[in-house]
Amino acid sequence: MSDYILEMNHITKEFTGVRALTDVSFKVARGEIHCLIGENGAGKSTLMKVLSGVYPHGTYKGDIVFEGAVQAFGKISDSVHAGIAIIYQELALFPDLTVYENIFAGNEVRRGAIVDWNRTIVEAGRMLQKVKLNVNPDTLIKELGVGNQQLVEIAKALSKDVKLLILDEPTAALNENDSENLLALLRELKEQGITCIMISHKLKEVISIADKATVLRDGRTICTLDAAKGEISESVIIKNMVGRDIEDIYPKRANKTFGDKILEIQDWTAYDAGLGRYIAKDVNLHVKKGEIVGIAGLMGSGRTELALSIFGNPKSYKLQGEMRLYGASVAFKHPSDAIRAGIAYVTEDRKGDGLFLIQDIKSNVTAANLRGISANGIINDNEEVKVANAYKDSLYVKAPSVEQIVGNLSGGNQQKVSLGKWLFVGPKLLILDEPTRGIDVGAKFEIYTIMNQLIGEGMSIIMISSELGEVLGMSDRIYVMAEGRIKGELPIGEADQEKIMQLATQ
Amino acid sequence: MNFIQEAKTLVKVNIRDYGMYIALFVIMLAFSIMTDGLFMSSRNISNLLDATGYTAVLAVGMTLVIVIRHIDLSVGFAAGFMGAIAAILLTQGGVPVYLTIPIILALGVVIGMFNGVLVASIGIPSFVASLAGMLIFRGALLRVTEKTGTINIKDEHFNAIGNGFIPSGAEVGGLNLSSLILGVVVIALYVYFETSKRRNKLKYHFEVVSSRIFALKLVFVSAIVAYITWIIAGYNGFSWTVIVMLGVVVVYHFLTTKTVLGRHIYAVGSNPEAAHLSGINVKKITYFVFGSMGMLAALSGILFTARLQSATTTAGTLFELDAIAAAYVGGVSSAGGVGKVTGSIIGAIVMASLTSGMNLMGVGISYQYMIRGGVLAAAVIFDVMTRKKRG
Repeated sequence: MSDYILEMNHITKEFTGVRALTDVSFKVARGEIHCLIGENGAGKSTLMKVLSGVYPHGTYKGDIVFEGAVQAFGKISDSVHAGIAIIYQELALFPDLTVYENIFAGNEVRRGAIVDWNRTIVEAGRMLQKVKLNVNPDTLIKELGVGNQQLVEIAKALSKDVKLLILDEPTAALNENDSENLLALLRELKEQGITCIMISHKLKEVISIADKATVLRDGRTICTLDAAKGEISESVIIKNMVGRDIEDIYPKRANKTFGDKILEIQDWTAYDAGLGRYIAKDVNLHVKKGEIVGIAGLMGSGRTELALSIFGNPKSYKLQGEMRLYGASVAFKHPSDAIRAGIAYVTEDRKGDGLFLIQDIKSNVTAANLRGISANGIINDNEEVKVANAYKDSLYVKAPSVEQIVGNLSGGNQQKVSLGKWLFVGPKLLILDEPTRGIDVGAKFEIYTIMNQLIGEGMSIIMISSELGEVLGMSDRIYVMAEGRIKGELPIGEADQEKIMQLATQ
Repeated sequence: MNFIQEAKTLVKVNIRDYGMYIALFVIMLAFSIMTDGLFMSSRNISNLLDATGYTAVLAVGMTLVIVIRHIDLSVGFAAGFMGAIAAILLTQGGVPVYLTIPIILALGVVIGMFNGVLVASIGIPSFVASLAGMLIFRGALLRVTEKTGTINIKDEHFNAIGNGFIPSGAEVGGLNLSSLILGVVVIALYVYFETSKRRNKLKYHFEVVSSRIFALKLVFVSAIVAYITWIIAGYNGFSWTVIVMLGVVVVYHFLTTKTVLGRHIYAVGSNPEAAHLSGINVKKITYFVFGSMGMLAALSGILFTARLQSATTTAGTLFELDAIAAAYVGGVSSAGGVGKVTGSIIGAIVMASLTSGMNLMGVGISYQYMIRGGVLAAAVIFDVMTRKKRG
């Protein structure tokens, strides 16, 4: 019987109506590197949030046993106190403060109420040595690269006598070199007796570093693989990740004939000056009339950024390459140009940049095409209500009236309003970014049905999705993206979950 | 649904919109009782509205600025400065009134657009940009009035904007005839627009309120307009300031509720990212809103200068804060995207009523400030609470 530092037993976590975790059990032995793997939405992050006290004791069922005692973390600081540190994908550093201030933020070295800056700097230097980061503690965080920032985060965790270090996709934003360094560091920390849980999508990394790997799928533990027994291999992991059958929730489309190419981009490259890296590189893709093109890939693979770079480039990326619409070369300066050319983009984050939550349904539906309900710049209120009611009915929006405030609708209905807004501009090409994220199965089916109807009306669709089932169930052709590049193009006949996962985790 | 039930649900649904009007009514009633009716006398109401004019037009512009999540602190001294320029043009430049006013309004647009460029294109927070503007205009006002001190204006037509009344024509039973006619015209227009709106809705087969409720609403609003007209006609009639103020409200109310441009302004305010992705040019909207603010600051400066019949070295002091307070009292949300022009006007009248009422009662100035501060806080608390309940 080995010595477990952490045992999570029969954890069940529900959000209103949705079960995120079902009877998950997860054991981590002292001093091992344990990888947690699963598709987007499999429940990895939720599990870690339960562990760290983001979801306090009492909001979930089951036990957390840490260091031999049942824990009831009521808040994040409780778990930190117990010796658990989580480093999230989005780093929680203060960019305008120095390295040493960051390492000891919230944990200041002090004498009474006074911070002892001299000792802080000395201590910080010691921590930096531990993580093998050779920078002056005086450096500002924003002057460091992402890889080094990650090391500062680890140094910060070490300064709090961490026993269990949890890393959420630590290498997602790192280049190869930095990734290697990070993995080497993790091995070293293991030697020093620090246990580590790492969430990762990159299977090669998992294979190279993990002592054990636990696979989650649909909020359940599928299996725990042991490297010592030679169980961790790419094919085994992928099989366990995707093992679910495609449910029969994808309505069939009768007519599958495609016309000419509507949109084509060639050698498309987008550079984000703010982040200092390429978010899309050498992308070639096209869409034909009447086609649903799926873009698969994991979160952070650059799919949304690619879509934005096509849709009028609202984030002002530096663009290279050529875009052709109906064979004619085009360049959009503003989303309004793209809209006028017949492209619509239904965003991934409907609450953040999709909808006007404090406004009512009718104002949302008409927001992108006020011309459609006005003459000489003056809005016809009655026409607006008529249009909104028509979309409310055809998209099955469940709301008492179009005067309803959108913020009060359920996720599925919000998504339909968002869709209605873009259909009212009369697009020829519809880009759907995660069209069914966070909505229930019934609403999903309705959205798929609507997509098929739109294709029937002569539209074309690009569908970005993290859900493999959806990509395989709805697309006619699939591109797989990873690290801002198209890693492969699969006709639907040749595509299966394993192939997509393989390309996406390259 | 029977009559009473329908009326009850209508009130329930719209209570938040009517909150301001109810508050104003309560304040006016309370002051009338405490001053034995002096507060609602023709002379006092007329003075009150005239004194509100230059704040009210600023509050209208400020409403849009706050709706798009910005602020403009420079408008007070910008108004003072432009009023001084108007005085200089009229006295030293010999420019006639009918040229001076458009020149000053255009100057206001230019100044406002400059703020818009700083905020939207260069990305300076509007608080800082307009704080800088405030200092600059304060200095500029001192500079242009330095040599002469207070500039007295002799031009009767210009001064009439701040002090004059529309010609009465004749008197009917001690009441100002032209003002009575104006009131009747306003009522007729109101009834006409409401009925045509209702007829249009019926044409679309939309639900409308029952004809009895509709008639009641028409009678009620008409009675209020008639009452105000009667009060005002009892003194000198409608002043030019009130006419200007009403004009600004009508234009901006139409702009914000009926036009594409207005919709775009509220869209930018409620979610700038979503607005951008919906093809709305957020920068252009910001320019427009600041440009309109500048123009209204110019108008405010004209009203104030005309009222004093002179440009002084301290004109415009704290106007911006009065305008901001009026907007917040009138229900504009600092989170952006929410706020009505009509609300801000009511807010301005509420604040002016408090001052006027307390003056009549002889309340000390120290208490006046505290009470007005309390009302401002209470209005925002009410706003936050009702919003929480909703969301």
